[in-house]
Amino acid sequence: MHIVVCIKQVPDSAQIRVHPVTNTIMRQGVPTIINPYDLFALEEALRLKDRFDATVTVLTMGPPTAADSLRKALTFGADRAVLLTDRYFAGSDTLATSFALSMALKKVAEEFGKPEIIFTGKQTIDGDTAQVGPGIAKRLDYNQLTYIARIVETDLQTGTIKVERRAEGGLQVLETKLPVLITMLEASNEMRRGSIENALIAARAEVVTWNAASVGIEDLTKCGLRGSPTIVKKVFAPTARSEKAAIVAAEGSVNAKAVALVEAIFEKTPAVEQELLEQAAHHYV
Amino acid sequence: MGEFSKPFDAIVVGAGPSGNAAAYVMAKEGLNVLQIERGEYAGSKNVQGAILYADALEKIIPNFREEAPLERHVIEQRMWMMDEKSHSGMHYRSDDFNEEKPNRYTILRAQFDKWFSSKVKEAGALVLYETTVTELVKDLSGKVIGVRTDRQGAPIMANVVVLAEGVNGLVGQRSGLRNEVSPDSVALAVKEMHFLPRETVEARFNLSGNEGVVIEAMGTITRGMTGTGFLYTNEESISVGIGCIVSDFAESNIGPNELLEAFKNHPSIKPLLAGSECKEYAAHLIPEGGYKAIPQLTGAGWIVVGDAGQFVNAVHREGSNLAMTTGRIAAETVVSLTRKREDMTAANLAEYEKRLGQSFVMKDLKKYKGIPDLLHKNKGNFFGTYPKLISQAMQTWFRVDGIDKISKEKAIFRNFRETRTVWGMMGDAFRLVRAWR
Repeated sequence: MHIVVCIKQVPDSAQIRVHPVTNTIMRQGVPTIINPYDLFALEEALRLKDRFDATVTVLTMGPPTAADSLRKALTFGADRAVLLTDRYFAGSDTLATSFALSMALKKVAEEFGKPEIIFTGKQTIDGDTAQVGPGIAKRLDYNQLTYIARIVETDLQTGTIKVERRAEGGLQVLETKLPVLITMLEASNEMRRGSIENALIAARAEVVTWNAASVGIEDLTKCGLRGSPTIVKKVFAPTARSEKAAIVAAEGSVNAKAVALVEAIFEKTPAVEQELLEQAAHHYV
Repeated sequence: MGEFSKPFDAIVVGAGPSGNAAAYVMAKEGLNVLQIERGEYAGSKNVQGAILYADALEKIIPNFREEAPLERHVIEQRMWMMDEKSHSGMHYRSDDFNEEKPNRYTILRAQFDKWFSSKVKEAGALVLYETTVTELVKDLSGKVIGVRTDRQGAPIMANVVVLAEGVNGLVGQRSGLRNEVSPDSVALAVKEMHFLPRETVEARFNLSGNEGVVIEAMGTITRGMTGTGFLYTNEESISVGIGCIVSDFAESNIGPNELLEAFKNHPSIKPLLAGSECKEYAAHLIPEGGYKAIPQLTGAGWIVVGDAGQFVNAVHREGSNLAMTTGRIAAETVVSLTRKREDMTAANLAEYEKRLGQSFVMKDLKKYKGIPDLLHKNKGNFFGTYPKLISQAMQTWFRVDGIDKISKEKAIFRNFRETRTVWGMMGDAFRLVRAWR
């Protein structure tokens, strides 16, 4: 059994600051970490490795320094690390990223065997879109199971997997056929501490490094900034609200209190009143 | 463990300046070296002011200036004697320090150590991070033959273990090779990094390009405790800190942070930091016991380098250069024994101590062996009375107020005599000279 875990090296968002004047993210000196959600994906893969003697490949796309994150994944017990790096990938949005990763995954399948399961974290902490996982599944024509809290059962004989998925309004129990792409929820497990042998292997390991050409990408317009229709319109640091909550004093019936409340809101923010009046006028036309 | 069962030529515990120097030199000479660091990366746990003295590193990596992350080369040294409102200073600034290969640099350890560690890996050593050596493994004769870590698995074997584990020497302690560090032979130093635009740093300290200034200060800033304060200019920041002997802190009940706040607000320091943003703070122990505090340095299968061996020259504020030098000399000893196919016995490793004795490291520490005790026993005078007296003398001398100079001189001498008595001063001078020789 072959499992691939897609991870991303991200800046430690707890230590990021936004430049007060230029409003750009100050990355200088901010340490990088493995996207925390991806660690749940990696641990889940390692558990399957323990049970089924599977091979675990970790894959990332990023600058050459992302090799540090891959090496770290190896110290946890992954068997192989693949880095997809090319300056043509710079500025990729989720569409371009899932394209590039799916091409790399095809090459992984050719070189190291087709993965039965591809894991990702539910989302990254720097982009927060949760789109890359599903994007890969769609391109590779894998079944997809997103926001998975627990793997209930994996049956290699029948090639099925049963999971618990957290959804609005409750927990879904889903079963599907392999191959599958699974995005893992936070707190679904706890990352192990790799053994001394894992650490030694990781320190010695060579990271397999591929570029756009080596994974068979010919159309570079699908890559990086050019292949990314998403435009970042504005970056800003939310400012703390200067206004405090207020208690509106009102007597009488519920209706009277509601009227007093609405009047207080309108008084404070006439724009809201204006907008509501316009909407109402439009509605009754 | 298959391929790992073959013992390493050497295991280095720790990736600070001494450990990196040792691992680099041994790996470069072709030894099979494993280095184990508890931090997430080299430098993540390391704290220093920090000044890099070029000579020690140059002997290990001659062209380090081309690639190491250096902040500013030091062209001006200021030594300040401070009381509550003043400082009397001796400044030495020389254009000679604007040389092709400068002598001293300010550095940021987190960046510098990362770079040094990358060189260690390039040289061929295997480096494990986030792994803590918990104890040494010994054979029946008591010879150290490997280490155990906090990770699951078999112990890792080596012909020799280089303990570059830092000031506390916990592995050595746990393995019964040394005693706990005594509170009167270590200082606790706290420091902050204050960010300022490059131009501001340069204008404020009268610098251009990559020139830098170092201020070392002593006096009432440590409130009668044995210690010093410092301020170093980096490229776009200022490191400011203060430290005192741990037992003095315990005795006085004054917190280090309180000292640092007062130091930063001293009228001589405050304007230098004005408008800056503090972005980082750190604290660390510094071994300051000098020659007399040096523990046993070698034994069967083990060798101690850097802070773990108390290799700090407190008088001259030198530490990382002693660390790198002891690391290098230990490595050279191990390399020569390995080449000669000799065992790492206590007798053979004692060669390290012999080589150290011939180096500046031991010569300097021996020279000042009396200083730590002297300063500590007379801390009230050296860190209280004298700074105040000097400041008062300066003020009397420079203030023009219609009083004749002969009377001023007399007043100054009277002040010294009454505060400290002639015998007291002569005694202090005599002791200081004797300890200095």
